[in-house]
Amino acid sequence: MSAAPRTMPLTSLAKTIRSKNAGVDKVTFDVIFQDKKSYDLVRRSRALSREAACKIYGIPDSRISDHVEFEPGLAIKFTIFRKMPSGSVGDPDIFGSQQYGPLLAVEVPLP
Amino acid sequence: MIVAESRSSSPAQPHANRGLRILCPNGHLGFAPTKLGSFNLGLAAEPDMVACDSGSCDCGPVPLGSDGTASPLAWQRHDIEAMLVGARRLKVPMMIGSAGDTGTNSRVDRYLGIVKELAKEHKIPRFKLGYFYSEISKDTVRRKIESGDPVRGLDSRPDLTLAELDATDHIVAVAGVHPFIKLLDMGADVVIGGRSSDCAIFAAPAIRKGYPEALAYFYGKVMECASFCAEPYAGKESIIGEITMEDVKVTAMLPEQRCTVASVAAHSMYERSNPYYEYFLGGHIDMSQCVYEQFDERTTRVTGPKFIPAQELRVKLEGAGKVGERYVGMAGVRDPYTISRIDEVIAWAKAAVRERFGDTGYQLTYTVYGRDGILGDLEPLRNRPSHELCIVVQGVAPTKEMAEEVCMIGTRQMFYARLPNVKGTAGGVAFLLDEVMPASAAYRWTLNHTMRIDDPLELFPVHLTEAGI
Repeated sequence: MSAAPRTMPLTSLAKTIRSKNAGVDKVTFDVIFQDKKSYDLVRRSRALSREAACKIYGIPDSRISDHVEFEPGLAIKFTIFRKMPSGSVGDPDIFGSQQYGPLLAVEVPLP
Repeated sequence: MIVAESRSSSPAQPHANRGLRILCPNGHLGFAPTKLGSFNLGLAAEPDMVACDSGSCDCGPVPLGSDGTASPLAWQRHDIEAMLVGARRLKVPMMIGSAGDTGTNSRVDRYLGIVKELAKEHKIPRFKLGYFYSEISKDTVRRKIESGDPVRGLDSRPDLTLAELDATDHIVAVAGVHPFIKLLDMGADVVIGGRSSDCAIFAAPAIRKGYPEALAYFYGKVMECASFCAEPYAGKESIIGEITMEDVKVTAMLPEQRCTVASVAAHSMYERSNPYYEYFLGGHIDMSQCVYEQFDERTTRVTGPKFIPAQELRVKLEGAGKVGERYVGMAGVRDPYTISRIDEVIAWAKAAVRERFGDTGYQLTYTVYGRDGILGDLEPLRNRPSHELCIVVQGVAPTKEMAEEVCMIGTRQMFYARLPNVKGTAGGVAFLLDEVMPASAAYRWTLNHTMRIDDPLELFPVHLTEAGI
């Protein structure tokens, strides 16, 4: 018998994981949960806390403009400053729409 | 007391005790065609107005900087035709903000031309066509800066410098409710707006009718992306929103879609850094105390937003400027040793460009797909590149000839890069094309700022003309 898993993939708890421009200088990430239980589990686990977001993307806290636990939408949301405004020469993601990739690999510690 | 409506009332059946109801067909008119099925269901519900926005910064700085557009004329015409014919048949006003993606004067004129043509084509009885511009000259902004009134940066940008202003080609100011209200007061049946806050298009008629500002701006916020506030996901479908003295209700028109508490609340997060605040000329709304309730199967009811008037009027400015002409090259790599030293290959090619053109006066960028092409410095797996890479090279310079040469050297010299232990000595990269390709000129966002103004109409001159037969 193997021990019960101590983590769960974020992808099995969230119904939406996305990124998109928030104006021309920022990209925002939305992780939206199916139900309050999943939302609370992830929120309490700190797997998507401000500090965790910095670690996932390898950025200092100053790159994060907002981090919100948004209960009405059952969502955790954070926003980062772009390295360069959208569509500048060399910006590979004009809409900011593929920046969420690393969030799909997040494992959520279980209590 | 307002008499409570019957909860069984279907949005498709007009009823007596109701507030202002607006049909929104599209979150960005012209960018992808409006779906007509749900739009016609919306028209059948006899809304009091048909309105939507047609702009976005999302498509990058090229459309504004070049005074061009990101949407084909045929799609813009298709969407305007559906709205115009529908609204004139019901004899209700129709309003479009942020004409042609950017809201520059040429885009407003283009939409006016489309409306006039369509009115003739469909033999629509004569109606009043109102419009306003929102493009502003660099001199207007320069005078403001020189008078000691700083043009402040948004999103941690510094105050605007004269040098940055000089590097700008086109600037639009983002209108609030004011020009829309003014044009409706003047009797306009159809309004074409320059760059506008998308929420202002819907808030304007509501404020004009005396509904509370907090609810009116929230109404605009929830309406502006049409079916993006409904589920399951389906773009370019229509919704109807209703504002009363007490609440805002929003209903999906596509039979398969519903506006749920979850979908409407989640929409308040979309494309914005904070779900609780929405800023526009004249103030902002605080949505942190909003209450979302399922009203009927396809309708969500919202109460509780607050309006906070601004201490001073600061208008948002968007500006873009040309960086240079641009060429693009591509190269592939399969040799694992070369992949492990790809930065040296790029450094070799960069050095060759430097030898020809020096250190400045051009831009040369490398995007390494298969390693960190999409995330750049945010990529956690940067040290685990794929077994093959695609490198996209961009050369940007003042002339096409120079941009082509910068890009050509920067691409072709990867072929000749000298790595100490490489086994393959007949060419370091694979070419899909042995050429570099002309691309759109490169632009950048130079302005994402706010400027103080005295009168909310001062940058948005309104005009009234006629169309139809």
